[in-house]
Formats: sequence, structure tokens, C-alpha cells
Amino acid sequence: MTDLSDSQRIVITGVGLVAPGASSLEEYRQNLLAGKSGVGTIDLRYMGPHPAGICKFDETRYRKKRENKRGTRAGCTAVYCANEALQDAGITFDEYDKSRTGVYLGLTEHGTVETENEVYNIGQFENNVDYWTHHHNPRTVLNNPAGEITMNLGITGPHYSIGAACAAGNAALIQGIQMLRLGEVDLALCGGFSECTGSFGIFASFKAQGALAEHEDPTKASRPFDNARNGIVISDGGCIFTLERLDKALARNAKIYGELVGYAMNSDAKDFVLPHGPRQKECMEAALAKAGMSPEDITIVNTHATGTKQGDGEECRAVGELFNSCTNTWINNTKSAIGHAMGAAGVLELAGNLPSFTDNMVHPTINIEELDPACDLRGLVINEAREVPQVNAILNNSFGMLGINSVVIVKRFMAN
Amino acid sequence: MTRDEIKDVILEIIEEIDEEADFDNLDADAPLRDQLDLDSMDFLDIVMELRKRYQLQIPEDEYPELATLTSCVNYLEPKLKDA
Repeated sequence: MTDLSDSQRIVITGVGLVAPGASSLEEYRQNLLAGKSGVGTIDLRYMGPHPAGICKFDETRYRKKRENKRGTRAGCTAVYCANEALQDAGITFDEYDKSRTGVYLGLTEHGTVETENEVYNIGQFENNVDYWTHHHNPRTVLNNPAGEITMNLGITGPHYSIGAACAAGNAALIQGIQMLRLGEVDLALCGGFSECTGSFGIFASFKAQGALAEHEDPTKASRPFDNARNGIVISDGGCIFTLERLDKALARNAKIYGELVGYAMNSDAKDFVLPHGPRQKECMEAALAKAGMSPEDITIVNTHATGTKQGDGEECRAVGELFNSCTNTWINNTKSAIGHAMGAAGVLELAGNLPSFTDNMVHPTINIEELDPACDLRGLVINEAREVPQVNAILNNSFGMLGINSVVIVKRFMAN
Repeated sequence: MTRDEIKDVILEIIEEIDEEADFDNLDADAPLRDQLDLDSMDFLDIVMELRKRYQLQIPEDEYPELATLTSCVNYLEPKLKDA
């Protein structure tokens, strides 16, 4: 990886995000370091109150209310994040051609919310489909959130979604890296989105599976690695990174958050829902190999763990086998503070750790009252943030249903 | 409904679609789409809202009747006389 020319090295130069409890990277980072949960309560159709990660942000900062009404929640969040990321990166499109800009977004699912709403709507009219909205198809096509960004910003390069369950955020980043290296685009807006809290069906399905978190205090409901964990807290959110080739980023004197040096994706090929630690370990090993790094080179492992009994255990075994002998590697989990943001999880969790390169802090995994011995990883940062001498590299895990695994490694930026 | 009431309903529906719609200089005899920021999807929203509110089924070949505010009122007046 270090042998790559600057035109093949890919760096992150801008971040725009919306997370439960935050609508900027600064606010988000403060919450994570303080161990402050962004999880609240949602009153769901047919199901009543449940813990959930709800996002609040200035929805009309970058487009009008009428456009938000016409589009989707994911599209609204995507437009906000894209504009924030470009602003953060200082990109005005004087530097880049809009026809050479790609928008690649990861989605766990899309259209569930809109479909449920329409089924409910025609239910008010004796299920007469004459009342089914003409907005249904443009809202539910899978490129919807990415397409809403291109319409808002006048980007005429490629846009599409990557469907990759809860590995989707990382998968979109990987797509961006590849397209930049291939020379297909010169600037990539990559990220992931979730509007899942709008769907009772997603909650109900996790509940039926025995994997929906419950707690009388919603801020304590998301508790990966805790002995009493009882499932997933579903969250909304989104995050977009601007990705550029290093030579162009340096030429325009861009702020560089970090360099994307390694990535891998693989498949368990086993089960619809149950994760498989050995394949996750292979995925981490493949990402390390691509980066030309060994486990000792990683300062932070940001786990995917969602708070399910089996999932957390599988990942901990895989992470432990690779990193338990590393004395300078720290492990954390962002879902404990924001819940599971589905398609946005990979990128939001990476974003929450990126400031570590400058503040040398590792944000904690919160809500651990009694650590599950099966999750007792060496270097697990529990409940309080930890200051370290220097953060050199972050390894970000993101796994999903149907056995899809993704790992991305970001390194502290150093010029050749 | 009276002609004035029908006109108010149409403007109210348009305002629901676009709260920034400016009716101050609206020419009732000129096409709505030329004067307001409305496209074909917005136009279908008007048709759908009339269906929801008054169970009005407007056939597609009669959509041109809704081009101007005056033609809307003319077209809807007999249909909404008992509404």
C-alpha cells in the first residue's frame, strides 16, 4: 500500500453526518467521548413505544420543505450530509467537474418505509388502489437517496446505491476507492443512510427474531458486550465522506482526515441471519493484508457488535484471535451510544472515530454494567474514553444479514 | 360549493404542495403551471387530493380542464355542487 503513487492513494477530506443526538462531526464526537447516548423513544405504528435512535437536523438548510415532502427521509438526510461534507472539504466544484463526480451510497434496505405508509394510506380508503400515490416508485427505487443528492447539487456523474445489509456503509466507501483508482471519477461522495425507524416492520421482524432491544431507560438499551444485552436498537442516520486522490487533495491543500489503506469484503455462505466469526476474521485479515499491515499496527478496532447474544460473541472471538496479543490496540463500539444505524452504521461509526487521529482519544463502549466474559477483549475501552499516545490506524468492522462482511482500514495521513 | 369556495380549495391544495406559492399576481385565466412552480407530479398531487377529499375521479383525458384557476372552477363546479 505504501508503494502506491499519490494518484492511487485515496484520502478522506470531508465529513457530513446526521446521527442520533448530533448533526455535525464535532457534536457527535463530543457525545461519544462523553459517553452520552443519543437513543430515545419512538412511538411506533401498531407497536407503541420502543427505544430508537432518532435524528434531528436542519432539514431545510439545503433544500425546500416541498422537496423534502416529495422525496424520502433518506433523501432528505442524504442531501443534508452531502452538502455538509462538501462544505467541510472546501469543495465548491471549481476544483472538480460535476460530470466526474460519483455518488455511491450504502443502503441496508430502501422503500420499506414508503411502502408501509402507502399500504396504511389506502387502508383509509377501503384498500382502493386509486389512492396509491404516484410518488411511490420514484421514492422507492434503490438509487433514490443518491439521486436526490445529484438533483440537489447538479452532479451529473454516476450515482447508485450499494445494497449490502448492515455492511453497506463500508461497501460504499470501498466502491468509491475503486472508482477513484480506476479513474472513473475524480471525486466520490460515499456514505450510507438509514430511515429504518419509519418502518414498524423492521422493528417487528427483529422482535419476532428475539433481537429487538428493550430497556426501561432507552439510553441504556443499546449495550453490546454487556451480560444483560437483549438485542438491537434501531436507528436513523447518515454520513457522507468526500474521497479524493491524494495528489489532487494535496494540490488544493485539502484538510485530510485519514487515508483509506485497506479494505475487504467476503461472505459467510452459511445463514440468513446468524453471523460467522471465522469468516469475519478472514475478512479482517484480508483487509490488513491489502493495507500491508499486521494487527499490531492497528490502534483502534471499531467493532460492529449490535447487542445480540450470538453476534457479539462471534465477533469478539474473531477480534480476540487477531488482536488479543496486541498491547497497543484498543477496542470500542459506537452502537452502544447511537444504536444500530443500519446502512449508515459502517460510515457513522468510522466517522465517530476519525477525530482520534487528532485528539488521541478512544471513545468508549458505554452501557457495560457487567461485562460478558465471552466479550472480555484485551483493550476494550469501557464506559470512559481513553487517551492514548498516538492513533495510527483504525480498523472498522461492519457485518450484515445473509453473511456479508466488510472491513475498512483508515491510516493516519503521512505524506511520502 | 360556490365558485369562490372551489377556488379557495384549489389554492389551499397548491399551498399544501408548496407553502411558498405566491398567489398575489395570479392570473386566473392563464395556465397555473406557467405562473407557479408546479410540475407534472405536483399536478397529479392536486388530482389525488381532490380524489381524497371529495371522492372525485377525474379521467386522464380531462386533466387539461384543470389548466387554469378559472377552468378548474368551471370544471369542478357541477361536480362539487353538493359537496
